[in-house]
Amino acid sequence: MNQPASAYFLEERHDPNETHTLSVLVQNEPGVLARVIGLFSGRGYNIDSLTVSETESQKHLSRITIVTTGTPMVIQQIKHQLDRMVPVYRVVDMTLTGRSIERELAMVKVKGGGEHRVEALRLADAFRARVIDATTESFVFEITGNTSKINQFIDLMRPLGLVEVSRTGVAAITRGPEGM
Amino acid sequence: MSDKSHDPNQMTGAAMIVRALIDHGVQHLFGYPGGAVLPIYDEIFQQSEVEHILVRHEQGAGHAAEGYARSTGKPGVVLVTSGPGATNMVTPLADALMDSIPLVCITGQVPTHLIGNDAFQECDTVGITRPCTKHNWLVRDVNDLAKVLHEAFYVATSGRPGPVVVDVPKDVQFATGTYHPPRKSDVHVSYTPRVKGDAAQIRKAVAMLASAKRPVIYSGGGVINSGPEASKLLRELVEVTGFPITSTLMGLGAYPATGKNWLGMLGMHGTYEANMTMHDCDVMLCVGARFDDRITGRTDAFSPGSKKIHIDIDPSSINKNIRVDVPIIGDCGNVLGDLLQVFKAETKKPDIKAWWQQIAQWRARNSLSYRKNNDIILPQYAIQRLFELTRGKDTYITTEVGQHQMWAAQFFGFEEPHRWMTSGGLGTMGYGLPAALGVQVAHPDSLVIDIAGDASVQMTMQEMSTAVQYELPIKIFILNNQYMGMVRQWQQLLHGNRLSHSYSEALPDFVKLADAYGAVGIQAIKPGDLDGAIKEMIKVRKPVLFDCRVAALENCFPMIPSGKAHNEMLLPEEANDEATATAFAGGKALV
Repeated sequence: MNQPASAYFLEERHDPNETHTLSVLVQNEPGVLARVIGLFSGRGYNIDSLTVSETESQKHLSRITIVTTGTPMVIQQIKHQLDRMVPVYRVVDMTLTGRSIERELAMVKVKGGGEHRVEALRLADAFRARVIDATTESFVFEITGNTSKINQFIDLMRPLGLVEVSRTGVAAITRGPEGM
Repeated sequence: MSDKSHDPNQMTGAAMIVRALIDHGVQHLFGYPGGAVLPIYDEIFQQSEVEHILVRHEQGAGHAAEGYARSTGKPGVVLVTSGPGATNMVTPLADALMDSIPLVCITGQVPTHLIGNDAFQECDTVGITRPCTKHNWLVRDVNDLAKVLHEAFYVATSGRPGPVVVDVPKDVQFATGTYHPPRKSDVHVSYTPRVKGDAAQIRKAVAMLASAKRPVIYSGGGVINSGPEASKLLRELVEVTGFPITSTLMGLGAYPATGKNWLGMLGMHGTYEANMTMHDCDVMLCVGARFDDRITGRTDAFSPGSKKIHIDIDPSSINKNIRVDVPIIGDCGNVLGDLLQVFKAETKKPDIKAWWQQIAQWRARNSLSYRKNNDIILPQYAIQRLFELTRGKDTYITTEVGQHQMWAAQFFGFEEPHRWMTSGGLGTMGYGLPAALGVQVAHPDSLVIDIAGDASVQMTMQEMSTAVQYELPIKIFILNNQYMGMVRQWQQLLHGNRLSHSYSEALPDFVKLADAYGAVGIQAIKPGDLDGAIKEMIKVRKPVLFDCRVAALENCFPMIPSGKAHNEMLLPEEANDEATATAFAGGKALV
C-alpha cells in the first residue's frame, strides 16, 4: 500500500458502479430541493438526472426522481441519507423494485433542407416523435420514451442538422396497482 | 366573539419566542445581541424565567450550549443576531451535528422585504447552515412561528439528536399573531424516527452473542445520547454476558473505567488491548457508534474474522464504512432493554475464559505506560494527578482538541455518563473553554475542568470574561508545551520533522492573563509542585487559568499509523525513531 503521508487512511475502493433510479416523496416546503441537491454535492454523490414537480398540491407533496450512479454501498448510503432528511417521507429504489417504468420527454430542434429534412421526418415517424413546430428550414420534434431511446434518436438527428435539445429528465413509476 | 386584544395567546413574534422557550422548560439561554434580535432581547429583559448568559463571541455561545446539552441531556439554546452572528455560529452547529448534540439556535434576520437585498448584516442563514444542521427554518409569517419553534425542539431532541436553526426576520418579531403552546401535532409530518428495534433482528443478534467465543462490545456516544437508562442497561449487559467492553471517545463514561471488563478506549490512540480485542474478536456488538475512520484504521483489515451486530438509531450509519451482519435500527436504550430480556432467556451461555486469558496477555503490555521524570512534568502524569486529586468529587471534564484531548481520554477515568464533553467528530479547537462554561451554568456547584492545550485555549479565550461576569468557577487546566502538539506529532512522524508553523513563539503569560480577566492564575513547572497547585485550583471558587508547563516534545502513544490495521499499533516503548520511521513509511519514505 503506497500511501503518501496523511492523517487520513487513503483507500481505493474497487466495487463496480451501478445506476439506480430513486423516487423521493418530499414535503413541498421552501428549500427542500436545495437540501436534496446539497446532500448530493456535499457528500460527493452523482446526479445523472433529476426531475422535480409538485404531485399532490393539497398535501404539499412533491416527487423527486433522481438517477444516480455509485457502488452498491454508496447507493445504499444515498437512500439512507435521503430518508433521514426531515422533509422526506419516503425513498423508493425503483431499480430494485424491478417493476418500474421510466420515461423522459425531449424536444429536439433540427435544421436543414433537402434529403436531410426528409430523412429527419422519416426517422421521427419511426420513433413516434411528433412535430410540434415547423418552418421551411427546421423542425422541433417532441419525443417520449426511456433514456436510451431518446439518446438513440438524438444520435440519429446529429448528422441531419441537430441544433439543440431540451430534456425533462427521467420520471419513474412502478407497474401494478400499488403506489409508493 | 371574544375581544382579540385580550386573548392571552395574541402576542408579538418576539414574545412568542420567549414564551416557547419557557414552555419547553428552557432555563438558560446563551447569546449575543445585535440589530436583528433586539425585539427578542427586549422581551428577555422583561421576564425572569429564562436566564440569558451573555458570551463574548457567538461561537462561545454555541459551544457553551453544547456543553450544557451534553452534561444535562436537555437541548442547549442559543440566540444570535443576523449576518456575522449567524456565521459565527456555523462552527458550533457543525460540531453539534457531527457529535449528535441537541441545539436550538434562534437567529435574527433582516426584515422580510430586505431579504435578498444585500441588506446590512444580511446573510443567507438557512442556506449557509443547511449542511451543518439537522434541519432549519426561515419563518416568514408570525402565525407559523409557534409551530416552527415547537417542531424545532422536537426535531433537535428526537431520533438522532442534532442542531436546528430557526431564522426569524425582524418584522416577524415585531408582528402580532396567535401563539399556541406545544401540542402533540407539532411534529414534522414527514419525520418519524424509529425507536424500537426489530424483534427478529434482536433474536438473531442474541443467538450470535450466545455462541460467541471471542466477543467484544464496542459502545459509543449513542449510548450517552439515549439517556442514563441506556448506560445502566449497557452495564447490566456487560455484567450478564461477562463480555469485554471498549468505547469510542464519545462514549466514555457509559461503562465505568473501574469496571473489570473495561478495556479502555479504542481507535487511533486507543489501548493495545482494546484494539487487539477488536481485531481478533469473532462477534462484535456495536452499540451507538459509527465505525468512523479514527476507530477502524484501514477498513479492509478491520476486525476481519468477526460477525458484526450494529445498533443505531440512524439507518445511514449502517453499512456506511463497515459492512455489518445484523443491523438493528432503534434507540440504544430501547434495543438494549429488549436484547437483555432475550439474552437472559437464552439457555446457552458463552464460555469465554480462554478469550479473557488472551486479553490479559494484551493488557500486560501496559500500552499506556510512559517513562517517569522527576524534573519535567509529563502531560500524562499531569492528567493522572488531576484525576487522582479529583476522584470522588462531583467532576465534569471538557477538552479542547489535540494531544491533551487524547491523553485526557486515556488517563482520566470516567465512572458516569454525561461527565465528559469533547469535540469528537469535528475536532474543534476552542471547544473546551466555552463548553465548560455551559456545563458550569447547568451544574453551578460542581467542579468543571477544561483540560486544554496552549494553542486551542487561545481560540476562545475571550469567554474567560463571561466566566468572571457570571461567577462561573471553571478551571482551565492548560497542558502548556508551547506547541500545537498533535500537529507537531504528525509533522514529526509524517513530514520529516519539518515543524511548519506548529510552534507558538509568543504565548501570553497565562497567569497574568487570568489576572487581567479578574480570574485566578496558577502555574506549575516542577512535578513536585503539581499536587499542591492542583489542590489550590480545586479549592478556589473563581475561574482559574492553570498554566501547567509540560514536556515540550512528548508524543501521544499508542497509535495506529495511517493505512494500518488494529493489530499494527505502535506502542510507546517501540516508538523509537527507527520503528516510527518504518511504521509510517508505507511506500513514501520519511526523510
